[in-house]
Amino acid sequence: MSLSPDELRELAKYVLLTRPDEIGCDDWLGYAPSYAELIATSQPVPEPLQKAAGHLDLCPECAEEFRALMEALKEGGGV
Amino acid sequence: MTERSNEDWLQLLGGTDEMAVAELREFLRRGLRRGLAGWAAADDGFIEDMAQEGTLKVLSGLTTFRGDSRFTTWAVTVAVRVAFTELRRARWKDVSLDRLVEDAPSQQPAAAPAVEPSADSKAAILAEMHRVIATGLTERQRQALVAEFKGMPQAEIAARMGLTRNALYKLTHDARQSLKRGLEAAGIDGDGVREAFDL
Ligand SMILES: [Zn+2]
Repeated sequence: MSLSPDELRELAKYVLLTRPDEIGCDDWLGYAPSYAELIATSQPVPEPLQKAAGHLDLCPECAEEFRALMEALKEGGGV
Repeated sequence: MTERSNEDWLQLLGGTDEMAVAELREFLRRGLRRGLAGWAAADDGFIEDMAQEGTLKVLSGLTTFRGDSRFTTWAVTVAVRVAFTELRRARWKDVSLDRLVEDAPSQQPAAAPAVEPSADSKAAILAEMHRVIATGLTERQRQALVAEFKGMPQAEIAARMGLTRNALYKLTHDARQSLKRGLEAAGIDGDGVREAFDL
């Protein structure tokens, strides 16, 4: 049971990005709304929030959801 | 939609004010329709269902709203996760986690063609990664990591392993850290990995 060379290459990419203090997907969800609002209104992002947003580089699923969220917020003047 | 402060939303929804609940559902429906445009599976019926599911999730989680954004932004964030979890679930529902992980062929890195300059280091890195995955991880770490890099969505892996998404993330994060340490111990640094894999 193992991964193909292509899958290992993809894994290696994420191993390189690995940090000791990453946050999980549920934790990220707590930061996502305020981060989304700052990005949508081109405001500066405070350091702790910027650090939390590093999760988007490590988690393709949260990144995919975040892109959809940014699009959704354009509807109905949500921000 | 009626302009409301966060406090008003919380108060009305906390008391399950029917009009506020209906407005929230409509707000989520419009947001999801826009956010999921381009997803073939996200037809009107799906969006309708997810707006409803999202509304229920928001209502049951009102106490988890931190108050550091607009209430509606938080609500859409919750609904987007609900919708994506369902989209991914639908695509993977017939795939067994055990079979995905167990059936994966144990592929040793192929002999590298001599013309490729980084071939030796690439083979060494692949061998070390195979070694750590085979002997340096717990069974649960290996299962989660292999399933994730075979493309199974995290919510699906988490559900089948009986974990929250945070707990699953911790499992695969620990596995990645073991791989990182293994590579370092084998004298392979970040630049070496980037060069070998052309990353
Ligand atoms: Zn995530």
